[in-house]
Amino acid sequence: MVSKTDNTVIVVDPAEALRRARQGRGYWRRVWERLRGDWGTLSVIGIILLILLAAAFAPFVATHDPMQGSILGRLKGFGYNGHILGTDETGRDLFSRIVFGARLSLITGVLPVLFALVIGGFLGVVAGYFRGFPNSVIMRGVDVLYAFPSILLAIAITGMLGSGLTNTILALTITFIPPLVRISETVTSQVRSLDFVEAARSSGARPLTIIRFHILNNMLGPVLVYTTSLISISIILAAGLSFLGLGVTPPDAEWGLMLNNLRSAIWVNPVIAALPGVMIFITSMCFNLMSDGLRQAMDVRL
Amino acid sequence: MSQDSILSVDNLSVRFRTHEGIVHAVNGVSFDLAQGEVLGILGESGSGKSVTLRAIIGLLPREYASIGGRVRFGGREIQHLSNEELNAIRGARIAMIFQEPMVAFDPVFTVGDQIAETIVRHDGASWRDAMRRARDLLELVQIPSAKRRLAAYPHEMSGGMQQRAMIALALSCNPQLLLADEPTTALDVTVQIQIILLLRELQRELGMSVIFVTHDVGVATEISDRLAVMYAGRFVETGPAVDVIEQPRHPYTDGLLSSTVLSARQGHRLNAIPGAPPDLMALPDACSFAPRCRYAEEQCLSGVPALSPITRDHATRCLRVGEGRLEL
Amino acid sequence: MVTTTITDAVPGMTAVEQQPLLVVRDLRKHFAVKGGFLGRTQAVVQAVDNVTFDVMKGETLGIVGESGCGKSTTARVIMHLIEPDAGEVIFDGQAVGHSDGIGYRELYRNVQMVFQDSYSSLNPRLPIALSVAFGPMVHGMLRGAALERAASVLGQVGLDSANFANRYSHELSGGQRQRVNIARALALEPKLILLDEAVSSLDKSIEAQVLNLLFDLKREFDLTYIFISHDLNVVRYISDRVLVMYLGKVAEIGSVEAVYTNPQHPYTQALLSSMPSMDPRRRTEQAPLTGDPPNPINPPSGCRFRTRCPFAEDICAGTPPRLTSRPEHGISQQVACHMHDPSSGHSRAMATEAARP
Repeated sequence: MVSKTDNTVIVVDPAEALRRARQGRGYWRRVWERLRGDWGTLSVIGIILLILLAAAFAPFVATHDPMQGSILGRLKGFGYNGHILGTDETGRDLFSRIVFGARLSLITGVLPVLFALVIGGFLGVVAGYFRGFPNSVIMRGVDVLYAFPSILLAIAITGMLGSGLTNTILALTITFIPPLVRISETVTSQVRSLDFVEAARSSGARPLTIIRFHILNNMLGPVLVYTTSLISISIILAAGLSFLGLGVTPPDAEWGLMLNNLRSAIWVNPVIAALPGVMIFITSMCFNLMSDGLRQAMDVRL
Repeated sequence: MSQDSILSVDNLSVRFRTHEGIVHAVNGVSFDLAQGEVLGILGESGSGKSVTLRAIIGLLPREYASIGGRVRFGGREIQHLSNEELNAIRGARIAMIFQEPMVAFDPVFTVGDQIAETIVRHDGASWRDAMRRARDLLELVQIPSAKRRLAAYPHEMSGGMQQRAMIALALSCNPQLLLADEPTTALDVTVQIQIILLLRELQRELGMSVIFVTHDVGVATEISDRLAVMYAGRFVETGPAVDVIEQPRHPYTDGLLSSTVLSARQGHRLNAIPGAPPDLMALPDACSFAPRCRYAEEQCLSGVPALSPITRDHATRCLRVGEGRLEL
Repeated sequence: MVTTTITDAVPGMTAVEQQPLLVVRDLRKHFAVKGGFLGRTQAVVQAVDNVTFDVMKGETLGIVGESGCGKSTTARVIMHLIEPDAGEVIFDGQAVGHSDGIGYRELYRNVQMVFQDSYSSLNPRLPIALSVAFGPMVHGMLRGAALERAASVLGQVGLDSANFANRYSHELSGGQRQRVNIARALALEPKLILLDEAVSSLDKSIEAQVLNLLFDLKREFDLTYIFISHDLNVVRYISDRVLVMYLGKVAEIGSVEAVYTNPQHPYTQALLSSMPSMDPRRRTEQAPLTGDPPNPINPPSGCRFRTRCPFAEDICAGTPPRLTSRPEHGISQQVACHMHDPSSGHSRAMATEAARP
């Protein structure tokens, strides 16, 4: 038995330090510790949670029926007759519509990104790990999709499939696959070239085991950071599609659609007309700021 | 401070502020460097040898590093100089060479242009004169077909040639003091010896003073007149190279020399120093080598020992050796 | 009588069983350098070119050479991390990757590798115990048992598992990380360990500790080492035999005593006299070689060292020298140099031939 350790560390409280050292501080714990001190990011995450909660419990949060219009009370300002944020062009309560609209806006913002993460992540890992032929096939395919600007691609797909929630999600998913394949491929091939993957290969492990044990946990951080930054783009794109009449159809509440409908009211009551736009701005901004905060906490360089 | 010293460092200390705490990188380094002298600073990573060198030339970022003590060069205190004055001294009177030659060169200009530009900036020479001197310098550092190499870009040269070109750049304004930060570490052994011999020859011919930082005992032996062994940000032993190598008077130097495998016999375990260097964020107020020292005693833990002379110019920062109670 | 001749032939290896554990035959790996339009092959790096050697059971074979000489590629090709172009690797009498030999999985159970960069060779997201346990788990051990094995090998490399098992690599010093890497290699109970510059990035005082560890482990577990390094002093200390590589080819191979005290190849001679002197009273006065090693892309024809060799003649440009042993050197030393091949036609080969009684 060889008993030579080279750990002569001078500490204040040996017992406490030993306890800490034995535990070991894993990556996610260090990320959390860094995040805990970052008040800006924490408050941004707080706002996002607030919006999520409001959307989830929309029937309880909303003060009025979002579909109930009123001929007399159209485009009224804040506080009119109990309508906190006023009413829209058909006299429906704007606050309630924004709360219900959050549901669709978040669904069209988050779901396509999640789907694209699963599909793009899988393709990216395959391309990055196996290189050679699979890489060529996947990456050239992605290049073709990349040739179109993302908004045009989304418009073209919904234009082809027709409007509606499912098709919006489908179109946006296809739009987000290429960037996610590319980032996953880049990160995977970076990780793959590190010595610990060579070491794992030289212990006789099969590719699937190596990907599970050594690739996924190392690529997750950077890919996650990038993914959260895509959510804000997705929200804006979905709103844009609805605005153009290619996304969610009336009378459903969705921020982009609401913005379109209120467009003509810009001369009557500009504050009310801008409200859905403000919500789109705040939400996508928050996702963007959260992404930046996570990037710092995870110490990721993209 | 003696009459002919061109550089005088007095109680130099460097602290880095980091998120985790304050790193005590250099903790009271003092020495005088004579005209034409080669001082080798020998130490392991984290010993503060490179930081010392950068503090002398004022290369440490002021927002992270706080520097204490005094550095006098040519009768002027470096830390009181403005950035412009510092820039005038850097490159002209003090030059530095690095482990990685590519940091000294801009990849988009030819080697000749960059050397000539330095000459024009510091000496105000004409471009044509500067180019001629650049060619002479490349010949001086023994680059074959120097004239052709003037038009080469840094990446077109091999590692050894880049190192020579960087030395030429450093010498372009006849510096009085050359600071060398591990300039041979990244080189192959057959090239390393060529660069060492070149530096030795240039130093003799030009009468420069040199501070040569290295972790390699052999390299330090080849180049140095005087040696300073550094540990945890302090000089623990200083003296003429011959004395330090042949008769180390600090347990760390002794351990370092006996753990270089040359002295070891095949088929026997090495005489290794146990443990690891101390945490520079929490240095004890004691001999920083004591936790690894086999000769340590109670007294070693009561305060940092002074660098005390044993002979006229051989000094050690060991209490027991200094008081004559220990023979190594 | 017979025994004495054998022991004489291979000095310093008397107690060792004389059977090759690993045989490397005519191993070759050329890399294509692609560039230009549509990535056409523009040049070829002959990283490993017909390298042949044996590693005896229980010995340490050192491989030295400058950067770009192909020593690390050789290790990676043996481990099949890089697919060889040609040649064979025979482990313990069985050809690797042949239908009648052993598979790579079987090879990996017996041969393990330790890399130079202690940091990048540990997964930063896994506690070190799991990094060490990974190998046994791959070979079918259950997680719990594998973690127990990890704890015991961590102890064997001097890392008390109660203190270290749950730590992550960034919480360890360079020396400790390299111990973990050695533990990871040991966890599969290999017979042979390839150490690729395993101590090169460590500080001298830590390097000495790790070398001592390797020394102890070798004794305890009857290991065989291939020790790859650019540090000639370390290789001399740890090796029984040494192989000198130059630009993808074997220049000289022999026992450490023979090669270090009586180098035959002009390159080995130059390499050894390029080592910095450890004696301040006797410094090196002249560099044995001028210039840098040539680029391994399109190396010189014939003998690859001829462009830097003071004895180069026409024959050296024409034909590559074969690795030959001279009777007086016994089987312990082989050199690839025309001067040591009496039939080569090199003038110095003739001269020595004539001068011999």
